[in-house]
Amino acid sequence: MADISVKESAPKWKFPFKIKIENRVDNAPRWLSPVLSLAAVAIALLIGAVVIWIAGGDPWAAYSHIAKYSLGSWGVLSDTMVKAIPLMLVGLACSIAFRMKLWNIGAEGQFFLGAFGASMVVLLPVLPMEAPKWQFILVSAGFGMFFGALWGFVPGFLKARYNVNEIISTLMMNYIAIEWNNYFIYGVWSESGFQMSRMFQRNAWLPRLSDLAKRWPFFGGLTTHFGLVFAIVAALILWWVLSKSRWGYEIRLIGDNPRAAEYAGISIKKNIVLVMIVSGALAGLAGASEIMGVVHRLQGAISPGYGYTGIIIAWLAKLNPLAVILASILFGALILAGREVQPSGIPTLIQGLIMVFLIASDFFYRNRVRITRKVED
Amino acid sequence: MDIEKSTDELVVQMRSITKRFPGVIANSEVDFDLRKGEVHALLGENGAGKSTLMNVLAGLYKAEAGSISVHGKPEKFGSPREAIEAGIGMVHQHFMLVPSQSVTENILLGLEEPRFRMKLPEYNQRVAEVAEQYGLHVDPDAKVWQLSVGEQQRVEILKMLYRGADVLIMDEPTAVLAPSEIDELFNTLRSMTEQGKSIVFISHKLHEVMAISDRVTVLQKGRITSSGLYTKDVTRADLARLMVGREVVFRVEKSEVQVGDIVLDVKDLEALNDKGIKSLNGVSINVREGEIVGLAGVAGNGQNELAEALVGLREAIEGSITVNEQDVTNKPVKLGIRHGISLIPADRAKVGTAPNLSVTENVIMKNYDQKPIANGWRVNKHEAGKYATGLKDAYDIIVPTIDTSVRLLSGGNLQKVILAREISSEPKFMVAVQPTRGLDVGAIEGVQKLLLSQRESRAAVLLISEELEELLSLSDRIYVIYEGEIMGEIDDGDIDKIGQMMTGTPLEQIGKEGVN
Repeated sequence: MADISVKESAPKWKFPFKIKIENRVDNAPRWLSPVLSLAAVAIALLIGAVVIWIAGGDPWAAYSHIAKYSLGSWGVLSDTMVKAIPLMLVGLACSIAFRMKLWNIGAEGQFFLGAFGASMVVLLPVLPMEAPKWQFILVSAGFGMFFGALWGFVPGFLKARYNVNEIISTLMMNYIAIEWNNYFIYGVWSESGFQMSRMFQRNAWLPRLSDLAKRWPFFGGLTTHFGLVFAIVAALILWWVLSKSRWGYEIRLIGDNPRAAEYAGISIKKNIVLVMIVSGALAGLAGASEIMGVVHRLQGAISPGYGYTGIIIAWLAKLNPLAVILASILFGALILAGREVQPSGIPTLIQGLIMVFLIASDFFYRNRVRITRKVED
Repeated sequence: MDIEKSTDELVVQMRSITKRFPGVIANSEVDFDLRKGEVHALLGENGAGKSTLMNVLAGLYKAEAGSISVHGKPEKFGSPREAIEAGIGMVHQHFMLVPSQSVTENILLGLEEPRFRMKLPEYNQRVAEVAEQYGLHVDPDAKVWQLSVGEQQRVEILKMLYRGADVLIMDEPTAVLAPSEIDELFNTLRSMTEQGKSIVFISHKLHEVMAISDRVTVLQKGRITSSGLYTKDVTRADLARLMVGREVVFRVEKSEVQVGDIVLDVKDLEALNDKGIKSLNGVSINVREGEIVGLAGVAGNGQNELAEALVGLREAIEGSITVNEQDVTNKPVKLGIRHGISLIPADRAKVGTAPNLSVTENVIMKNYDQKPIANGWRVNKHEAGKYATGLKDAYDIIVPTIDTSVRLLSGGNLQKVILAREISSEPKFMVAVQPTRGLDVGAIEGVQKLLLSQRESRAAVLLISEELEELLSLSDRIYVIYEGEIMGEIDDGDIDKIGQMMTGTPLEQIGKEGVN
């Protein structure tokens, strides 16, 4: 009764549009998914701008500064790519696992084990000091992938055999991985008591663009390394596997409905283990390429949370391996921006906001929003 | 009884109700009257708009147009709570009960009283009184998870009566019940109408409507095709015609097929259910070439476990399964598929298909690793598309494109996708579990024809169903299962015997216990 009288006394003017939310009864258009990803980034940047403004900064100046110092010249673009390389590989690692709804939160740990495996090649040593560069490239990549895969295999096996929740096991194994590396950094491979191994000899380093400066001076000082080739080749292979191959079909079928997959005679257990191995190998390769291409020694703090950022990248790319490359470059730029912007928390804030808006954007993927003119009655 | 009903006092009047959903008009200018003390059946195919109409009356949906009056007073319900305050309660198909709480606690849930302290003994007493009044036998102190489905339904009814409902809307109440429970429900409904309650009985089952209702209103595609007919004045054929808009043949045309060798041979099969309790106990059955064999039984007597064990989805702990003399006991599912074993699963959406994958990706589920769709490690998209288009045309699957996600398909079309996939693999032995459940009359006919075509192409078919009528019209013989054991085999369609076996009397004991 009460609200009727309120309605009557309200002014005649009414909001002239009606917003209706309906479940989609058809497939969402193809363009929607990338548009939503871009919108998530845009809104995150907008909120970031508001925060910068509240903190007393000039958002426009801050953003143009970030753009300039992460994408503005060949030199900084190269630095952005250096940050993007490990992100691409862990982003791919997460993408394949997430396609099967296997929540591998352990890319960080697999990354550390990959770094350990690659270091082993130099420090154990697996290859003699003066072995040719191409041998170091192949063997360290192989060792990195093997140890990453091992770190993926364990939770995969536990899930397949004993139905252990992979979110918990992969997350916990991250801590083991970090402490495992610490043991070698502080003890076995410690260089005269410092918490790091000795610097690797130069022929074990991954080749960098600047190595080409003698012939083409243009590349002088550019630090982008051979890991970029690993990442792009991995993205292309993974894209082919997921969208064209029989195995990719099995992964998608299991991801969408495991019971239907079982009914079609596809072994879920086998695929859980396989996917975790491949996912771990990709993250391990990220660790190996970071150690051999950037750090050149085994030490702590080799990752500003690459493994976790890979989760956001995988979602931003909608689990599409080729889109992972682009998303990683964006996040590479954001990580680099952390150096340039004070307070440095802003880029992290933006990363977090992107994730939140990505999750929220799913609503628009499932529902259709209609705005219609209100019909006067 | 008749005197009361002839008073013609209108309890509910719905006038030109129109309700739209995106893309469909669920109700178009529908009128509906309910008299005091009657059972008024609302009949129609799936998707005819029966539940929608009643959801409008129960305050769950708001109609775009039309008016409702209850006891002559115009009403506009904004929520189920407002509807129940006006005396209108609805018992939904899916119960809304808290399994870990007692009957009384469930009934009190959401009420103003008791305010703070539960005072359970006192309320147990009150609930028991209401239950007694309408002959609803249920222990107020029992936890809901301990109750059978029939008892849970009684709790739902009790919940509405306790809230003072005098109009009770029952949405397909028999769908979940065993035959004996259906009889008991009908008795309860009669005792309620005798005490002046009015009941709307939503159903698409003609024989139930004929059995229980005083009047019947038929909906077809959101419109009324006949309103308030006296049930005693109409025949089943009349109602069927009103429901689908054309004559429906109840007898399925079955051609003579020469029965061949035994294809499926199951011996002393034992298996556990998901809870680890033995749910198949020494099952021995066989199905021959060119034969449809029915398996009758009340839901949950081991039918699903049997179907799963036959195709390799469930471990057989004892016994053997052979198909064409090949031992397939506990062999991988894929091996069974290669041997020509096929399953139409009971749950189309949860087992039979992957909802977010396209029609193409769903139809290649069982031959994606076979030539020509498989090409080395690759899935040949072009071949897959050609194959899917072929099936779409051959089985008349109505879908915008073969790239549409199957979650957007109607139940009938989803079943066509599954049948197309399974039949095109030319199975030697097919298990069909409830293949027509939840489909409308037209779609049911289509599915049944496809099953019969399997028989004609000399496959062996095991049809597991809870619809006796369907089993009788399609099967050449019928096994009856009760608590994981085969009670016997019938080949003359003796319904009485099947009924007795379904409630646990083995065939050889029927008739020995004297007449009752």
